Amino acid sequence: MTSPHIRQPASVQRVMMTVLAALLPGIAAYVWQVGAGILVNIAIASVTALASEALVLRLRKRALWITLSDGSALVTAWLVALILPSIAPWWLTVIGVLVAIVGAKHLYGGIGQNPFNPAMAAYCAVIIAYPALMSQWPHIDGLDFATQLHLILGGSREIDGITGATALDAMRTGLRNQVDIHTILSSGTFGFAGGRGWEWIAAGYLVGGFFLLARRVITWHLPIGFIVGMGFTAGVAWLVAPDSFPSPLFHLASGGAMLAAFFIVTDPVTGASSPLGKFIFAAGVGVIAWIIRTFGMYPDGIAFAVLLMNICVPLINHATQPALVGQRKEARP
Amino acid sequence: MISRLFSFRGGIKPDSHKTESSEASIRNVPLPSRLVVLLTQGSQGAARTIVTVGDKVLKGQCIGEAEGVAGTAIHAPTSGTVTEIGPYPMAHPSGLASPAIVIEPDGEERWITHEPLDPATASREDLILRIQASGIVGMGGATFPSHLKADSEIETLIINGAECEPWITCDDRLMRERAAHIVTGSAILAHLTGARQVLVGIEDNKPEAIAAMRTAIQDMEAVARKCLDADKMNVIAVPTLYPTGGEKQLVRVLTGIDVPPDKRITDSGIQCFNVATAHTVCRALLHGESMVSRIVTVTGSVERPGNYETPLGMPVADLLAFCGVKPGTSRVLMGGPMMGFSLPSLDAPIAKGCNCLIAASNELFSPPPPEQPCIRCGNCANSCPVGLQPFELYWASRAKNLDRAEHYHLFTCMECGCCAYVCPAHIPLVDYFRFAKSEIRARNEERKTAEQARTRFEFRSLRLEREKTEKAARLAAKAAETRAKAASEADSALIAAAVEQAKMQSSVQDKAAPSRDQQT
Ligand code: SF4
Ligand code: SF4
Repeated sequence: MTSPHIRQPASVQRVMMTVLAALLPGIAAYVWQVGAGILVNIAIASVTALASEALVLRLRKRALWITLSDGSALVTAWLVALILPSIAPWWLTVIGVLVAIVGAKHLYGGIGQNPFNPAMAAYCAVIIAYPALMSQWPHIDGLDFATQLHLILGGSREIDGITGATALDAMRTGLRNQVDIHTILSSGTFGFAGGRGWEWIAAGYLVGGFFLLARRVITWHLPIGFIVGMGFTAGVAWLVAPDSFPSPLFHLASGGAMLAAFFIVTDPVTGASSPLGKFIFAAGVGVIAWIIRTFGMYPDGIAFAVLLMNICVPLINHATQPALVGQRKEARP
Repeated sequence: MISRLFSFRGGIKPDSHKTESSEASIRNVPLPSRLVVLLTQGSQGAARTIVTVGDKVLKGQCIGEAEGVAGTAIHAPTSGTVTEIGPYPMAHPSGLASPAIVIEPDGEERWITHEPLDPATASREDLILRIQASGIVGMGGATFPSHLKADSEIETLIINGAECEPWITCDDRLMRERAAHIVTGSAILAHLTGARQVLVGIEDNKPEAIAAMRTAIQDMEAVARKCLDADKMNVIAVPTLYPTGGEKQLVRVLTGIDVPPDKRITDSGIQCFNVATAHTVCRALLHGESMVSRIVTVTGSVERPGNYETPLGMPVADLLAFCGVKPGTSRVLMGGPMMGFSLPSLDAPIAKGCNCLIAASNELFSPPPPEQPCIRCGNCANSCPVGLQPFELYWASRAKNLDRAEHYHLFTCMECGCCAYVCPAHIPLVDYFRFAKSEIRARNEERKTAEQARTRFEFRSLRLEREKTEKAARLAAKAAETRAKAASEADSALIAAAVEQAKMQSSVQDKAAPSRDQQT
């Protein structure tokens, strides 16, 4: 046995459990605002993730328990459940999780080796394959649990009033139809910052994010990078043409922005490694996501933005290799 | 002096476990039945034996002379008889052997006559030679020959009393009990190096040592005052953070200077000695006592943990037996838990760099949990005092991509272990780095051999070529010479013949009618 002979009581499992714990405030807000259907989705996603990971590990002839118990599959599963509409049919969630765990994670060699963020790869795959289902978000007012369960279990979707436009969708449609931004914002879809009700969920993620920062699971470079990237771009556009572009606050409070800032771009495996690199990576995601939201055809551009920046990671890492102690910056190779 | 402290990058705060061994004062150990003094004690050179089996030796008598400029002498740790000269295992992770002189003590502890030097009057050369002849090497563990370090010209002398590794307390006890000698030794070293100030860095978890050293500076001995003004020496309490005791880290904390990875601290006008080394310098110069013992912390799962004044060459097994190893001890660590190693053999003797023995049981040092894949969390990079990206080094080492590992500055890694300490995936990162380093060294060695072979080959072909041309030239010259000679011989022969002929002809002519040939 070789040095060091002592170790900090830290483990991958503990890191992942902290991340799961940090998701709880957001999930609680979700249940409170939208309904308990999300919990069913999370359960479906978790079971699928663990079962598929076990199967893959068996096929790859790897030790089962040590990887299954590290908690990373659960984190991926929860994130997939949270980024899909909470009334998505069960099989959509299953497909999403399979894409994430089998496709994006294990086909590349398992945790640590995958270049693409598994949850984001899953989101992109299902939104390309099932754009209609992916645009059906639960209506914020009174969709009871029975109805949610009915929809999740694959029941008929021909019922009125089950879905509501998301804030991003409503904003996009309104702006495309040349409606004045203040008129758009005065509709019932919007609350004080983003989508009515949804902004509380975003606030929940924010609370969890602070918890992760406090526990030093993540460093500030990533969330701040994302917020600066998205906020700055949105801010410039908004200042130039406030009637055509919604405010930075709207962007940051809507869609998956807060989830992305603290739980998605912070995936260490697929992100950049040095502090500066992390900032650049996250800021890039923020900027690209804003561009896709504003000019693209998909409701939220974060997933595509993350995958694009994942591709750039080797480049970013190469360009931002930190200098050694005592080494002048320009002296580095 | 109120001096501003600086902080170094990274670092960790492991449980210190100092009190286990720091409470009792330094104790002596009974002489073992034999002492095994290794000829290799310093990191840069060895000694050459000057005794033979059967010789009677006195305590402190030189038994091995310094070999070369970087070698350091060795001395009999007690009086007795030389019984054997042969290879013995060193305290080394690989169990490497070194030639050693075995002495059977006579139990009388008779010293040779002490020959003190007065640092104020003796010449600098004499003092430095004495340090070498007294066998002094760095006692913090690195065992770099002290005479080489003393032979430098610097501004600031740092005396390292940080002792940042957990469990080790030998420097702590030494400072508490023998501060005066440390201070005098430091003053002498300042005198030798021309240092204008001396900074004694001690981690703030050793308040008694800090107080003792401060008092000793106030009451500095007259002989030390001749070397350095007392107000030029200051004790500075530094925050407890591993590895503050690392040379460059301590330099950073005390002076704010970041010494570049490819430079030595002397390039910044700084030199650094361990407190125990300063103590030994004082004993050697002022008292004429060569280095024959050192203080070793024995701790962990032993009945009587503490600090022991141990004669060099005492087998580890004997020292442990004296301290009473508890059942359940699975291995013995030499050095601290962060950078020390498991001793492959307890027959290895105590050498000059052995500061600590830890009897390790599974309760105190739980076996490492299974290694998991790296999740690139970056904790290792945040903890690295050098500013490396350990996970990049890990990926490169694992893939045996040695060029990439070098690109990420593998060789600036000092193997402090911070990265492996914090890694949540329990990856033995330092092992990977040691492996990659040895691979690169082997590769470079191979390249060197190949290079040498090539040069040899090229040289040979060159030589053959040269010999060939030379031979050809010689041959040609010879041929030309022969030809010339032959020609000249031929010429003279011709001339002679012609003369002869002419003579004959003329005589014929004389005798007969002139020929027409004669005119042509
Ligand atoms: S601490 Fe361990 S798991 Fe984290 S990046 Fe470093 S090597 Fe990888
Ligand atoms: S062992 Fe090497 S890489 Fe790890 S923290 Fe220490 S210097 Fe950095």
